[in-house]
Amino acid sequence: MTEPSDRKFKQIGSRPIRHDGLDKVTGRARFGADFALPGMLYGVFARSPHAHARILSIDTSKAERLEGVRAAVTAADLPDLPDEWMGVTEGGTCPSEDSQNVLAREKVLYHGHAVAAIAATTFEIAREACGLIDVEYEVLEPVLDLGRALAPDAPILHENQAPFGDEPLPQGPTNIARQVAFEGGDLEAGFARADVVVEGTFETPMVHQGYIEPHACVVDVREDGTSEIWCATQGPFGVKRATAMIVGCDANGIKVTPSEIGGGFGGKLSVYLEPVAHVLSRKSGRPVKMQMTREEVFRATGPTSGARIDMRVGAKRDGTLVAAETRMAYEAGAFRGSAVGAAAMTVLTPYRIPNFKILGLDVVLNKPKAAAYRAPGAPIAAFATESLMDELARRLDRDPIDLRLQNAIEEGDHAKYGPAFKRIGLRETLEAARAHPHYRAPLAANQGRGVACGFWMNGGYQSSATVSVDEDGSAVVRTGSPDIGGSRVALALMVAEELGISVARVRPFVGDTDSVGYCDPTGGSRVTYATGMAVIEASRQVIEHLRARAATIWGVGLDAVEWQDGCAVATKGAAEKGSLPLGEIAEQMRMTGGPIVVSASLSPPAAGPAFGTHLCDVEVDPETGCTKVLRYTVVQDAGKAVHPTYVEGQFQGGAAQGIGWALNEEYLWDEKGRVENAGFLDYRMPVASDLPMIDTVIVEVPNPLHPYGVRGVGETPIVPPLGTVANAMRAATGVRFYSLPMSPPRVLEALESRQG
Amino acid sequence: MAPSHFEAPTDVEAAIALLSRRPGARPLAGGTDLLVQLRLGAATPDLFVDLKRIPRLMATSLDSKGLTLGAAVPAAEIVENASIRSLWPGLVEATALIGSSQIQGRATWGGNLCNASPAADAVPAMIVCGAKIVLAGPGGEREVLIEDFTTGPGETLLERGELVVEFRVPAPAPRSADAYLRVTPRSEMDIAVVGVGVQLELDREGRVASARVALGAVAPTAVRADAAAEALVGSRLDDAALDRAAVAASTSASPIDDRRGTAAYRKSVVGVLTKRAARIAYERAQAR
Repeated sequence: MTEPSDRKFKQIGSRPIRHDGLDKVTGRARFGADFALPGMLYGVFARSPHAHARILSIDTSKAERLEGVRAAVTAADLPDLPDEWMGVTEGGTCPSEDSQNVLAREKVLYHGHAVAAIAATTFEIAREACGLIDVEYEVLEPVLDLGRALAPDAPILHENQAPFGDEPLPQGPTNIARQVAFEGGDLEAGFARADVVVEGTFETPMVHQGYIEPHACVVDVREDGTSEIWCATQGPFGVKRATAMIVGCDANGIKVTPSEIGGGFGGKLSVYLEPVAHVLSRKSGRPVKMQMTREEVFRATGPTSGARIDMRVGAKRDGTLVAAETRMAYEAGAFRGSAVGAAAMTVLTPYRIPNFKILGLDVVLNKPKAAAYRAPGAPIAAFATESLMDELARRLDRDPIDLRLQNAIEEGDHAKYGPAFKRIGLRETLEAARAHPHYRAPLAANQGRGVACGFWMNGGYQSSATVSVDEDGSAVVRTGSPDIGGSRVALALMVAEELGISVARVRPFVGDTDSVGYCDPTGGSRVTYATGMAVIEASRQVIEHLRARAATIWGVGLDAVEWQDGCAVATKGAAEKGSLPLGEIAEQMRMTGGPIVVSASLSPPAAGPAFGTHLCDVEVDPETGCTKVLRYTVVQDAGKAVHPTYVEGQFQGGAAQGIGWALNEEYLWDEKGRVENAGFLDYRMPVASDLPMIDTVIVEVPNPLHPYGVRGVGETPIVPPLGTVANAMRAATGVRFYSLPMSPPRVLEALESRQG
Repeated sequence: MAPSHFEAPTDVEAAIALLSRRPGARPLAGGTDLLVQLRLGAATPDLFVDLKRIPRLMATSLDSKGLTLGAAVPAAEIVENASIRSLWPGLVEATALIGSSQIQGRATWGGNLCNASPAADAVPAMIVCGAKIVLAGPGGEREVLIEDFTTGPGETLLERGELVVEFRVPAPAPRSADAYLRVTPRSEMDIAVVGVGVQLELDREGRVASARVALGAVAPTAVRADAAAEALVGSRLDDAALDRAAVAASTSASPIDDRRGTAAYRKSVVGVLTKRAARIAYERAQAR
């Protein structure tokens, strides 16, 4: 499917207004909580007040007697599921644990863990009824940090669970759920050859994705057990599968309609509400709406892991890296499945290091179960690697970009997890960053500049798309890929490019699970890449139909018809027929074979990884420890930017989230494991005035796996910022920060201890 | 949210009568604190008494003696009033830091004060301006200095049935000016970790003739730091005087560790902000 590299695009690379833009700016767009049905009930969770406790009994009878209450649900209403891990290195799932996270069984494992839910005629009644549920707990010691979790006498969260993964596995009771290891070369010999060794222990706290839209759904179960679900999700087919599995019904009977989505970042791949609303609807015979409060979102959904990474890196005096070793412990939260696998895959991969040993530990403790968050695991890992690369550049008195260029991987180099890379653009992003005016701009006192790189594998997975031509010559492109970053207009641009019509004449549509072919969830930066390939393939087949229809109309052979700029053009001795625009062919579909509808599907085994290099200038107030980000530039390889505005938006959004993670975001826990800052006031994500206008540079090193050269762009931009900001802080203050966030009190404390 | 009653009286007497009727009655101005507390279950009023239809609580009047401002006037009106801004720049700076533009369309001085948070931005700024409030209740009206009104976190002098009617800010003396600074991790939409208000009056030689310093978020209430103010009097704001004021401010602070900052951090930064706010107030006073 690969194109000649000199293809001149007419529409790919342009910046039309997105089709969903008007509804979004006028407030007409319908998000998860906007859906309602007649006779609808409202579902509310009763949540655990303890971070770690055994559930001795749950009594909902008082709650069920309250006027207006129609149904109650506990884990007793859900089937037993296999306690098996099913997954690959990057991720996976355990059916039994997915169910327990939705409704606790023997134990509650974090403060805010759902134990029951009530459906009533109003939210207020449901909430009041939740207060009438009697739960008897045996309170256990909460395990709240990695140090405690890994201590020999630590309370064990899952007594009957043995660790799995790469050997040697720990023996006896442990909170280590899983190990991931990659090794290459000879570590001892490598370090023996090193002239310089830099090392450190890096710590980052649990942080939340911070999507603005809380989770919400409506579920309506019919008398025959079939059902409809309306919800905000990144993966409607995943909601269908997970709901069926957790409630124990036939997935075939569930239809899921995704709403517009107010941010997901990976956190809307998980299912929290739908199975519970499903049971409540089945029991009550009424549609049930559930929507989380912001506080519930913080307490019981999505965070990404806190982590502790020990790392050392050795280099020769000329800057050549020779060895690296790292041990990464990631907080999984209450159930196994942190992103430590992906972290282990990404941590050292950007650089050629012949001798290496990577060990990742997935550690359970009494915090909410970690969910995917934009390049899961990679930003924390890159924080460690890029901090040490910066330290190495200082020790060797080298320019940090030059040192990285000297060691940067290229086509043919192997990832630390095995496969050889095809064409990649790390080197190009480093060179573009070095050439950028930002890199040479003067700095004043208390200011400093940082640089760091990052990468993400990106995903392929399964996609399908249907492209149809209407009788007015317009086209519709239908997919099952929820649009979380401007993918609808990108897919429409692909149809417009192929068919040769205006993008305004292409209507992109994200369908429900009954009206489109199967698509894996929107995740892994895969939609513009993989769903896009299905769209291109379907569009090309549409052109074949259009050519055939023109041949029929003209009474010539198919080989005498070419497709150019939205028109069938007659050639090869039939040139006198001239040309037929798509609109005229469409008008005659009735006579030439009926409607033109083409579906295409695929399951690409791989995607093209995306590399980025970031630059950041900070100014640190030495008397208050407050940090101002003065300037920030994202340079990233997009392969081919289909809609540059949304590519830039992804770059800026990832950088903004990463800057927040670096400077201020963290969950605060009290000694009993209760979250003290379950709201945006004290969970300090950056606001607009905290950030400069983030500059972007799109580098285009075509991805050989995609017909246009497209690479996924959504996740890579959040990988470098933690290291970039930390390196800038080092330059501004002389202090190396090994722990995040670099919040004003911590910075001031570090500055004061520096002054001794 | 428990079912509640809502009343919107049109004069102060009716408001007092309503507030006296039920022990759980709460006055409602902008609601930017109260509605959040209600949602979190931290407040359970059984009667809301909306104050925004009472003309006296929505009035602004400025004359040679100073400003009289209704307790329910939204912050946005204060921030956008050019006369108020030029006379009390520090007080307006503090007001402009409350919440966000959207919040300021609703939030009021009355609410900022009566919420009785030690971190309320407008309060230290009001204290250094010598502002007073008028309380009205079943027993009549009384005038109280701002610094005397708040008695602890969430606690005020308000008696049952009583409400804050208006603020009275005396006109600034010639060659005097105020300033307010705070530290927050975020630039906006945040709560002060430390806040400092300073007002300075200069003599004809440019020496500080009188000074007021007030500190926010470093004690159970906003507090005056008279020792810090004393350290500035008589000086031309030389480094030694500023250092003495910073140490005095830090010494008079009794902060706690909480989710917004550590006590040690607050102790350190309150001195820094005292110096910086004093410099701003001094420059402003010189320019007058």
